[in-house]
Amino acid sequence: MAELHVALEVNGEHREVDVEPRTLLVTMLREDLELTGTHVGCDTSQCGACTVHVDGRAVKSCTVLAAQADGTSVTTIEGLGQVGSLHPIQQAFWDKHGLQCGFCTPGMIMAAADLVARNPDPSEAEIRHAIAGNICRCTGYHNIVAAVREAAAVMRGAAASA
Amino acid sequence: MATDVLGAPVKRVEDPRFISGKGRYLDDIKLPGMAHLAILRSPYAHANIRSIDTSAAKAAPGVVAVITGADIPYNPLPMAWPAGGASGIQNNVNTPRALATDSVKWTGEGVAAVVAETAAQAVDALELIQVEWEPLPAVTDAEKALADGAPQLHENAPNNRVFDWQVGDRAATDAAFAGAEVVVSQRLVNHRLIPNPMEVRGDIGWYNPGTDEYTIWMSSQTPHIQRLLLAAFVMGVPEQKIRCISPDVGGAFGSKIYCYADMALSLFASRLVGGRPVKWVETRRESFGSTIHGRDHITYVDVAATRQGEVKGLRVRTLANLGGRLSTIGPGIPTTLYGRILSGPYKIPAVHCEVTGVYTNTTFVDAYRGAGRPEATYVVERAMDLVADELGIDPAEVRRRNFLPPDAFPYDNPSGLLTAVNGSKLYIDSGNYEPAMDKALAMAGYADMAARKAEARARGKLLGVGLSTYIEVCGVAPSKWIGAVGEGWGAAMWESSNIKVHLTGKVVVTMGTQPQGQGHETTFAQIVSHELGVPMEDIVVQHSDTQGTPFGYGSYGSRTSNVGTGAAVKAAAKIRDKARRYAAHMLEANVDDIEVEGAEYRVKGSPDKKKTLQEIAFALDLAFDTPPGMEPYLDETAYHDTDNCTFPFGTHIAVVEVDEETGNTELVRYVAVDDVGKKINPMIVDGQLHGGIAQGVGQALWEEAVYDDDGQLLSGSLLDYALPRAEWLPSFELDETVTPSPVNPLGVKGVGEAGCIASTAAVANAVNDALSPLGIRHLDMPFTAQKVWSAIQSAKGGQA
Ligand code: FES
Ligand code: FES
Repeated sequence: MAELHVALEVNGEHREVDVEPRTLLVTMLREDLELTGTHVGCDTSQCGACTVHVDGRAVKSCTVLAAQADGTSVTTIEGLGQVGSLHPIQQAFWDKHGLQCGFCTPGMIMAAADLVARNPDPSEAEIRHAIAGNICRCTGYHNIVAAVREAAAVMRGAAASA
Repeated sequence: MATDVLGAPVKRVEDPRFISGKGRYLDDIKLPGMAHLAILRSPYAHANIRSIDTSAAKAAPGVVAVITGADIPYNPLPMAWPAGGASGIQNNVNTPRALATDSVKWTGEGVAAVVAETAAQAVDALELIQVEWEPLPAVTDAEKALADGAPQLHENAPNNRVFDWQVGDRAATDAAFAGAEVVVSQRLVNHRLIPNPMEVRGDIGWYNPGTDEYTIWMSSQTPHIQRLLLAAFVMGVPEQKIRCISPDVGGAFGSKIYCYADMALSLFASRLVGGRPVKWVETRRESFGSTIHGRDHITYVDVAATRQGEVKGLRVRTLANLGGRLSTIGPGIPTTLYGRILSGPYKIPAVHCEVTGVYTNTTFVDAYRGAGRPEATYVVERAMDLVADELGIDPAEVRRRNFLPPDAFPYDNPSGLLTAVNGSKLYIDSGNYEPAMDKALAMAGYADMAARKAEARARGKLLGVGLSTYIEVCGVAPSKWIGAVGEGWGAAMWESSNIKVHLTGKVVVTMGTQPQGQGHETTFAQIVSHELGVPMEDIVVQHSDTQGTPFGYGSYGSRTSNVGTGAAVKAAAKIRDKARRYAAHMLEANVDDIEVEGAEYRVKGSPDKKKTLQEIAFALDLAFDTPPGMEPYLDETAYHDTDNCTFPFGTHIAVVEVDEETGNTELVRYVAVDDVGKKINPMIVDGQLHGGIAQGVGQALWEEAVYDDDGQLLSGSLLDYALPRAEWLPSFELDETVTPSPVNPLGVKGVGEAGCIASTAAVANAVNDALSPLGIRHLDMPFTAQKVWSAIQSAKGGQA
């Protein structure tokens, strides 16, 4: 199969990859760019484990061809924050025990970060609605909701004092 | 001195890697020269394989090898937990092979495999394999499979029977029914579930021709057991030649306990292709057929009671659908882990239970979160409500009249439910059931329910409230009970821990247990910090690799907090003991005069004559001056075999609203008061409860594995199988009572399954309560809108 050339920005760095046309964005991120923090939990676009940001919006990267991401800016969990410079959502997931096995966590954090960027003070119902496309089998969502609320409060506080 | 972290809600040390995308799960591992394996699975539920033509697949791009069952010399997979074991009950055993050879027994059984350069090439080549099938009639329902004229799956299992097992006192139970004032009977279906951890399963098999050794990375709860089973039972390879490694495991819930065909297949494939590592990762849809299912019971329950609601007898007959072949411990789940706790927290004087295991053309069934105990809890908790309903007594009051009193412990079940066939006994270790129930009733505002029902009815909603006053059994153990008499694995059930204090004073703890999200790296560090007085940041907890960790039986059945903690506490005690002896040597004192506080070893009466554990470790590691008979280094291993299981308990209360127009059910409140004894980390305990509650609610309201009559799995993807979503659940209201377990050295019991054991019955009781004003006495789960709507329509005499 003839390969396609994809050029894009990933976590702030310019990257160029040759991929088979059928390659999914998630496959390119995991296999070609070795960013394995983005997970694959299903094959029907149900679970959200693969959620990344494409041009600032949360997208299930298993529903996008790598070729469609040409020219975009992609942020994965690795680019959102690292130990020592965690994003408030990451920090709140840690503080509030918003994860157990951690498999859904990167996608869940990326979905939550997108919500809080658009809605700085989401209600419990809004949070539950925003992450309804992300399945967690471990936590029953209770502490995920608590973590997102906490992160939103921290981010509002930071914005107010900035 | 380090602050005592035992019992504190310490943030998890696992989390930094998981929240930053640096976890390392099976599919994240890439090895040099790695090839990829894909498995061709049966499209038929029941068929003979006439021939397999692999020639076109072999010629496809990137293909390295094509494998069929005939190529593989291994034995069928082992079945390690026969029903009844040494009690002489016949088990008609059929287990899968690495690939099926002559016939398939369910849709999804593997029949051929391709090894290729890339995963996509392997999948592409599968389509070129030609199988000539002879389809056979299929049966998927246990009751139909036992009927005359049903399709027969296995020659050695007439009428598709796997076993007939029983427990309890038949004569006493018959007598209780003969004299009963009231008898209540009901058929209960505990439907089939699909575990669906968010990480699917996978393996990387690697054979090294240079050493003749096999290494397998597997998403497993039990690496040590898999080494034993693969070596001694499947492959015929010496055990020391196999190494099993579980990397980070993305959830399991029982589904990753077992010896699976793909494990043997990936190792065989690696050897076949000259020692290249071979990776197989199931797709989610594949997982629906290739990883075990859970539950699937049809039960007939009869309850004998007095008019005051005292239960005098319980008679249970259950058909357990075990699938097309047996999984590793399939028969143990609906027998030992089910029948033996059917009396729950109640003083029911006479109980008898019969279970028939049945083959059907469905995916194999084994332990799924709770494993037998949710099924038992469902039976006895529905039974309590049916008695309450029959007699017009409040369900909480019926429970109160039947609870074992707080002075009943240790409790020896009079029907012999907890007595193994050789007379060896287990006891319910502890309990105090009423305070937990009263607390939950108060939290839920139970006394005001009548007013709330009326208010809801005015809005077109049927409000229902349901109780589940469950008990749980933690710690599949002890060996003398579960192994020696054949009630269990036919294996021991102890756990292990090794602690090393290095020259720098830093501590490495290695465990035989295997986490899948429970936070063992945090909780065992808390325990060892408490025991040795070393700050948590100086401790690392390791696990998951048969090379470098002591043998352990793995993590399932909520056994790690009972059995595993015992091992860690003992290993720490051995470290303290040796450090104390060496401190006496260093301080030129008598060992009996050395007192230990935290990490300080002091001479009694002379508080400045002291050594820290770090100083002792340093000197003992250098070993320039060790007394005669003392070995260098602080390095101790302990094995712990508990004397008894632990029995957590509690009361869960669900409040639901059923829409009378649409049949839609909403869980509006969930209250849980659990008694899991002392807590190592209350934050983690709450998290386990939350997740368990959600899974149990999932069974009651949404999740269901559905087969058509031909054995096609209709709910075979996440599009069709409804896992709980954030939007469908409320936040949960949790509280506790604390009754320490006398069995465990820390007083802890275990919590991995409690939520899931309790919540299904609570929600089922709530929905049935909501429907009772319409004259509906019992509706089976799951309470989908369509099912509830139909029931409402028929109750109202409409067209349904
Ligand atoms: S992998 Fe499940 S939604 Fe993308
Ligand atoms: S933490 Fe395991 S799936 Fe969410």
